[in-house]
Amino acid sequence: MRGAAPWGLAVPAVAGMAFLVLPLVGLAVRAPWTTLPARLTEPRVLEALRLSLITATTATVVCLALGVPLAWLLARARFRGRGLVRALVTVPLVLPPVVGGVALLLVFGRNGLIGRWFSGAFTLPFTTAGVVMAEAFVAMPFLVISVEGTLRAADPRYEEAAATLGASRWTVFRRVTLPLVAPGVVAGAVLCWARALGEFGATITFAGNLPGTTQTMPLAVYLALETDPEAAIVLSLVLLAVCVAVLAVLRDRWIKA
Amino acid sequence: MLSARLVVERERFRLDIVIDAAAGEVVALLGPNGAGKTTALRALAGLVRLSHGEIVLDGEPIHERPAERRSIGMVFQDYLLFPHLSALDNVAFGPRCQGTPKARARVGAREWLERIGLKDHLHARPHELSGGQAQRVALARALAVRPRLLLLDEPLAALDAHTRLEIRAGLRRHLEEFDGAAVLVTHDPLDAMVLADRLVVVENGSIVQEGTPAEVARHPRTDYVARLVGLNLYRGTAAGHQVTIDGLTLSVAEELEGPVFVAFPPSAVALFRGRPDGTPRNLWAARIAGIERHGDQFRVGLDGPISVSADVTAAAVAELDLLPGQEVWVAVKATETHAYPA
Amino acid sequence: MSGSAVRSLVSALLLMVLLAAAGCAGGKKEPETLTVFAAASLTESFGTLGKAFEKSHPGVTVKFNFGGSSTLAQQIVQGAPADVFAAASPATMKQSGAPSPRIFARNRLEIAVPKGNPAHVAALKDLANPAVKVALCAEQVPCGAAAVKALAAGGVTVKPVTQEQDVKAALSKVRLGEVDAALVYRTDVKAAAGAVEGIEFPEADKAINDYPIAAVPKTAHLVLAREFIDLVLSDQGRRVLTDAGFTAV
Repeated sequence: MRGAAPWGLAVPAVAGMAFLVLPLVGLAVRAPWTTLPARLTEPRVLEALRLSLITATTATVVCLALGVPLAWLLARARFRGRGLVRALVTVPLVLPPVVGGVALLLVFGRNGLIGRWFSGAFTLPFTTAGVVMAEAFVAMPFLVISVEGTLRAADPRYEEAAATLGASRWTVFRRVTLPLVAPGVVAGAVLCWARALGEFGATITFAGNLPGTTQTMPLAVYLALETDPEAAIVLSLVLLAVCVAVLAVLRDRWIKA
Repeated sequence: MLSARLVVERERFRLDIVIDAAAGEVVALLGPNGAGKTTALRALAGLVRLSHGEIVLDGEPIHERPAERRSIGMVFQDYLLFPHLSALDNVAFGPRCQGTPKARARVGAREWLERIGLKDHLHARPHELSGGQAQRVALARALAVRPRLLLLDEPLAALDAHTRLEIRAGLRRHLEEFDGAAVLVTHDPLDAMVLADRLVVVENGSIVQEGTPAEVARHPRTDYVARLVGLNLYRGTAAGHQVTIDGLTLSVAEELEGPVFVAFPPSAVALFRGRPDGTPRNLWAARIAGIERHGDQFRVGLDGPISVSADVTAAAVAELDLLPGQEVWVAVKATETHAYPA
Repeated sequence: MSGSAVRSLVSALLLMVLLAAAGCAGGKKEPETLTVFAAASLTESFGTLGKAFEKSHPGVTVKFNFGGSSTLAQQIVQGAPADVFAAASPATMKQSGAPSPRIFARNRLEIAVPKGNPAHVAALKDLANPAVKVALCAEQVPCGAAAVKALAAGGVTVKPVTQEQDVKAALSKVRLGEVDAALVYRTDVKAAAGAVEGIEFPEADKAINDYPIAAVPKTAHLVLAREFIDLVLSDQGRRVLTDAGFTAV
């Protein structure tokens, strides 16, 4: 039979899947299903969910706007210290998010390196914009790495072909490079969005926690755990359901395309 | 029209050639792999930077300009049709880059596709096209920008033998209609002969021979060209009708003095098991180095004072019981040799 | 990374593992370990008491798990191997299910302000000024609940810019100067050792936090657990707790 996996792969594969899925099953089993509808429609839950979706999506847009050009630079431009830049860009992947949040405060906070110059005009900590920033900081490497990998794998001769047809560098990027790496960009954006949606440490450190303004779902889950574990499970399930639904829809779209 | 000196220096390679092409002329760069043909073409396109030299097109020096501002069209070996665009949008791509509004660019592209017989495939993606169709779309895409210089890199190499025949004829027709200069890179002599008005043979980064296809075929000046056109080629010294090559003396039809080339086709070589009766003037003993099928004949490679290829029929192989390692007598009629100054 | 760099990293890690293993294996005659789960605000004082306990009980190691009280309570409910639980509020102690807890310390709120007090905060009512950026603890955690009580007692309405997940997070916002004031425990101001200034306010009397301690029902070291609780309640314990800013009971 085609596609039958050898035992050496099938056993660890199933074990791996169980490892990832069982905790979710645990959540579902312990969920207070009878009171679920009432809990779901609580304004606090809806507020946190709305804020989470808005900030994660905005953060993804920010990551796309900055991360795709950055990935292009890392993949195509030759400059001194490119290896170092590449390593630096991926640092937020390994940095504990709380540290990332502190680092953001040290730069963009009221007394931060940059923040102090703007403290009269506007502030980022404790605002929704701050949430977006914290999420983008943590999530952008996912996008950059994915897009850079796709760019490196893409055949640069298509770009040459476009140049011989009179396309300017910008047109080449927009009409040839970008469509060619679109699958990588979408995959990166999805990862980035999912990471932003689950972001906790950097957000609570940099943007704080205020319902309606900076309290996203993961923050609400964390605080609910303090007093009401059942509520925390409900909130987690909501976050999970939304995430799975969005990823499943996107995946289908892109497999068809 | 096109007048270029292309010098590209790499660590272990130097390309240095001069190419000229008149309006409407098709020049083929012919040469073995690694000779520098494709580098030359890419230099003309602006995809490789010149180390020295210049490229003048219609009186304007263009070698300082980037590829997108050179008024060229290029057909790549594997076509490089944009996979995310339909055939129509691939062809419309160039005109749109030149500022033609989308609708008008598409009308133009449609005309091109109709002209090359693909009006039923306007909206096909490249992966839905056959090799021959893709080749035609690539040609249309290159021509749609109305280039002054058309560059073709092994345009038929990716096609199977049957399709190649048909596409070659179509390409020839389009090249005849094209009023700019065209430079074609190929390692296939037949493509070069059929498509080009003039051949430029490049080996190791330099031009070794130049001329019309007929001239080059008749008077090969390197082993590479001789092999391409299927001739035995030797360099020797002539004294009247006698040419001395590595100690062997051949009688030739022409009367010449000094360094000359002598060429004759494998079919002009006759083989004998015993020394033949009569006295053909060009006769020597040789050993069979190898035998291989060549079309409906057999090509016999022979070692001896000079290396020679001979074409013999299957019947002759059986009758003479030819086997590698065997000693045979080799005869070449003087009237079938061709000598010319080196 | 070069091969030799990888090798030296690996050997450094190995060394650390070996040292850690050696540390665990110390004490030959029936080593006993007492595991104490304690509220994060007890980190400094219980650390001191743990050392004293080990000194008076040779062969006994005291291991601490400091964290948010409710997180610890849940861990205990889920079967974490705790012997003693010291919580920052009676409610969280109740959550853990530990029987007959005893109050061993009280903590009161203070207003923490950055050094120099840039917003010139002097009293609780100053926090109502919209120009003063205030961080409170979230209502779900004990310091947040205490803040709500104190503010209610003073009739002060505060719009915080953030409701932090724990008292240390609120304090760090003050330390970094991102907020002008936060309501935190006196012990936290003390632990910050000069990095922030503490301002006492009378309304704090209405929101005193009681710290209960109890042996965890399933403990395998009940005697040791009781002895540790006794140490906390002793004169020595009171002295250490008072030094840390607690009000001893």
